[in-house]
Amino acid sequence: MAFDEPTIAEILRRQGISRRGFLKFCATTASLMALPPSMVPAIAAALEKARRPSVIWLSFQECTGCTESLTRSHTPSIEGLILEQISLDYHHTLQAASGEAAEAAREAAMRENHGKYLLVVDGSIPMGNAGYSTIAGVSNLDMLKETAAGAAAVIAVGSCAAYGGLPAALPNPTGAVPVSAIIKDKPVMNVPGCPPIPVVITGVLAHFLTFAALPELDDHGRPKVFYGESIHDRCYRRPFYDQGKFAETFDDEGARKGWCLFKLGCKGPVTYNACATTKWNQGVSFPIQSGHGCIGCSEPGFWDMGPLYKPLSMPIAPVQMMVGAAAAGGAIAGAAMAMRNRAAKKSAQAAHQKVTVEDLEKAK
Amino acid sequence: MTALELLTWARGPGLSIALAVCAFGILLRLFEIFGLGRKADLSRPRDHSPGSGWRTIVSRSLPPPGMVKQAPVTYIGGYVFHLGFAITLFFFVPHIELVRGLTGLSWPGLPTQLIDIAAVAGLLALIAVLASRLSNPVKRFLSGFQDYLAWLLTFLPLATGYLAFHHLLIDYTLALALHVLSVELLLVALPFTKLFHTVSVFVSRWYNGDIFGRKGVAS
Amino acid sequence: MSATFERGYNAFKEILDAPIASFFSSCVHCGLCAEACLFYTETGDPKYTPIHKLEPLRRAWQQEYTLLGKLAKLVGLAKPVTDAELAEWSPLVYDACTLCGRCSMVCPVGNDIAYMVRKMREGMTAAGHAPEGLVTATKRAIQSGSPAGVKWATVEATIKRVQKEFGFEVPVNRENADYLVLMSSWEILNYPEYLGAVGRILNRAGATWTLAQDAYEATNSGIQIGASDLARELVGRIVGAAERLKVKCVISPECGHAYSAIRWEGPNLMGRPFGFEVKHILEVLDDLRRAGKLKLKGTLDQPLTYHDPCQISRRGGVYEQPRTLLNQLAPQFREMHETGTMNWCCGGGGGVSANERAEPLRLTSFKRKKAQIEELGVKTLVTACANCRVVMEEALEHYHMDIEMLGLTELVAEHLDEEDKHV
Repeated sequence: MAFDEPTIAEILRRQGISRRGFLKFCATTASLMALPPSMVPAIAAALEKARRPSVIWLSFQECTGCTESLTRSHTPSIEGLILEQISLDYHHTLQAASGEAAEAAREAAMRENHGKYLLVVDGSIPMGNAGYSTIAGVSNLDMLKETAAGAAAVIAVGSCAAYGGLPAALPNPTGAVPVSAIIKDKPVMNVPGCPPIPVVITGVLAHFLTFAALPELDDHGRPKVFYGESIHDRCYRRPFYDQGKFAETFDDEGARKGWCLFKLGCKGPVTYNACATTKWNQGVSFPIQSGHGCIGCSEPGFWDMGPLYKPLSMPIAPVQMMVGAAAAGGAIAGAAMAMRNRAAKKSAQAAHQKVTVEDLEKAK
Repeated sequence: MTALELLTWARGPGLSIALAVCAFGILLRLFEIFGLGRKADLSRPRDHSPGSGWRTIVSRSLPPPGMVKQAPVTYIGGYVFHLGFAITLFFFVPHIELVRGLTGLSWPGLPTQLIDIAAVAGLLALIAVLASRLSNPVKRFLSGFQDYLAWLLTFLPLATGYLAFHHLLIDYTLALALHVLSVELLLVALPFTKLFHTVSVFVSRWYNGDIFGRKGVAS
Repeated sequence: MSATFERGYNAFKEILDAPIASFFSSCVHCGLCAEACLFYTETGDPKYTPIHKLEPLRRAWQQEYTLLGKLAKLVGLAKPVTDAELAEWSPLVYDACTLCGRCSMVCPVGNDIAYMVRKMREGMTAAGHAPEGLVTATKRAIQSGSPAGVKWATVEATIKRVQKEFGFEVPVNRENADYLVLMSSWEILNYPEYLGAVGRILNRAGATWTLAQDAYEATNSGIQIGASDLARELVGRIVGAAERLKVKCVISPECGHAYSAIRWEGPNLMGRPFGFEVKHILEVLDDLRRAGKLKLKGTLDQPLTYHDPCQISRRGGVYEQPRTLLNQLAPQFREMHETGTMNWCCGGGGGVSANERAEPLRLTSFKRKKAQIEELGVKTLVTACANCRVVMEEALEHYHMDIEMLGLTELVAEHLDEEDKHV
């Protein structure tokens, strides 16, 4: 990032965003990040002074859904503006340059902002045959290592980059792994979801700009502020769960009345994300509100965690065959035991010596 | 292994193994018991008897007169625990869904507030009966490792279920995984410990009622 | 031949059956059987907990007849049953259990503990751990015809007394009679009035009856000690006489275990159903009453209560008949608090009264019955078991209680309406 570049505040003003609007954004960010209101001036001051950070965005084994989510859904929001105002020096979906020029831009950004740029990754990295996914003839693994070397921090966006994602689903043909499996010497933050919520990205970016550090992360490397509570606990349909009112099918009376979707396989209870509070599309809705259970897309391994439409408390695999076989085995073992017991009892009866009055005492 | 993976294992292979061991064990034990046989009773039974095996299966659930006063903790603790456990087990909707997933059978559940009360009552009763087991001279005298193991295996599913439901102490996903695993432990141990009384109680009560009933006594 | 541990353990293996396997499988050590057992309630000693009395038998079952137990035995994890252990258990199995079966009524999982103790005694006897008193009684029963050593000559003396006192002939060895009357040693020795009472009642009812010279003794020490081979021999005497004399019905006297021995165990010991009926005297009295052949007059107008002999009420099903009779005869009949099939034992059933070793414990355990009687404040105690009667008379004396005891059959005979001969 060049020092002659305008600060974020300057850019915002040029864009016609008022001071008031800017402060409102800072306040929203603070509340999203669960920071106390007293932090709002600090955020504002930091953002005003911050210069556009250089961001390099690498896309590996992914579907571009994360980019779609981040770029489209929130324009022209103030959060979107922040994204526009970062110096997105390399993003092969969005950048105008192509071919060698594109790669040259990446290399230039790495060189100029060494140690300061942010690396954003979406998509997983194939560890099987490198040929599964290459960019400009460079394997994903090599490009990730090379680009991460000079990064200040790495943000793994989407469940593929964070956990391997659908490419890693059994039997994981490409040997897909998440960013965190490769980058061990840099702070890596996971922003999982398929795709993740856009404001989560802007929120953590704001945090990075304000505090020059990543926010507090949970065990899965996710920012706690967004992934601290389960969908179930924040779900507006939760009262129906507690009352025992459930939709049994997607088109029954319960579904129409907006009752709980637990029985239709909702994974809200074991999914930690902010969907139920921040919602999507500028707060319009989220999957459960739209009538479909949560599929748990921001949880590690969600793609291999059993059928999407089976209730959480139901067995994942059909057990009847195995239980039936075991019962049959038990019956056979039991019958064998019973026959053995009968034989033992018979022989005890055969060994019975008639008790006479002489037999009532032990031999002297 | 993440908590969700643990839960998935518990819901998948874990549950299959536990149910298989349980089914194997129950069948084995029933064959063992019935295989020992019973000599036909040649004495002439009473023409009209108020007692029978079937009657005792039901009637033995009620205390004989005077006994509640004699052993209040055992009776009241026993009732509250068994009822609390049964209500929680059979009327919490996710549990019904489990049964539906296994058998296709389902029935209406109860609101979670009621389940919560039942679970708390069951837990408190379990603690009370444990205290009684440790302090009552007869129970302490009779009790061995198996008795305390059976208690623990019964306590854990209720306790982990309660922790999971209320998000206490541990993360929900992990709590749920531990809850499912604790139930699987219970299932595995059921045929081979005192927990087998859940099955054999019907057999022994029937025999008791039949033996007494033949003689004209309702037991 | 004599008793050895191996014979005892073998007997365990013989008697273990499906009910016992289910009972042991079901026990959760709740301790309620102790609360039902007077040997625990009156001593407070947990070793008298009924299910604990079966511990060696339980381990034999587990190690011989369960897969897990066999595996545990194979790898040396199971504690084997030893002769020393059986010796240690002898007082629990013989002195501290009257086979009253109250625990069997209370056990929440339905364990019939008395059923198991009865069977366990088979092994205890075969291993030589039966108490001396019972061994002596059993030997006498087999060798002289009666556990108390009562011989036919003594019975004849009783017959003469009865004939003299009541003026009717006591039929002996009479064929085709309606009833074969049996007695217990106690009745022959201590309560000859029983024979008089039965004779008067049956004669008044116009029934035919007889005694049998080779089968006068109803009791069965073989059942109490737990030796089915000997029990079979003893009950076989009665069955033989009943069949030879072609009687319709054998009347078990006022003796609890004699009734169990003939009525319930008899056919199983003999291996065939009987061609005659077996009834307790109270059942016969009730039959006669219902047929209008038992006319009574007058009442015994004083507060009294009825002690249910365990083997007759709880283990025998005869609990309504005595109440019907008493309600007719005794306007001040009062029930004890726990009664009928939930009665408390006198403390001397199941062979305990024949077991001198058990005497102190038996007297201690009587405190329960003592409290029951004192609660009612009655001075007369009616029962229908000579053994209960002897045990209680002894205990009442021990506790200096001024209580009169009566046999119910005598009480009925005393109120027999003999004036109107045309029924």
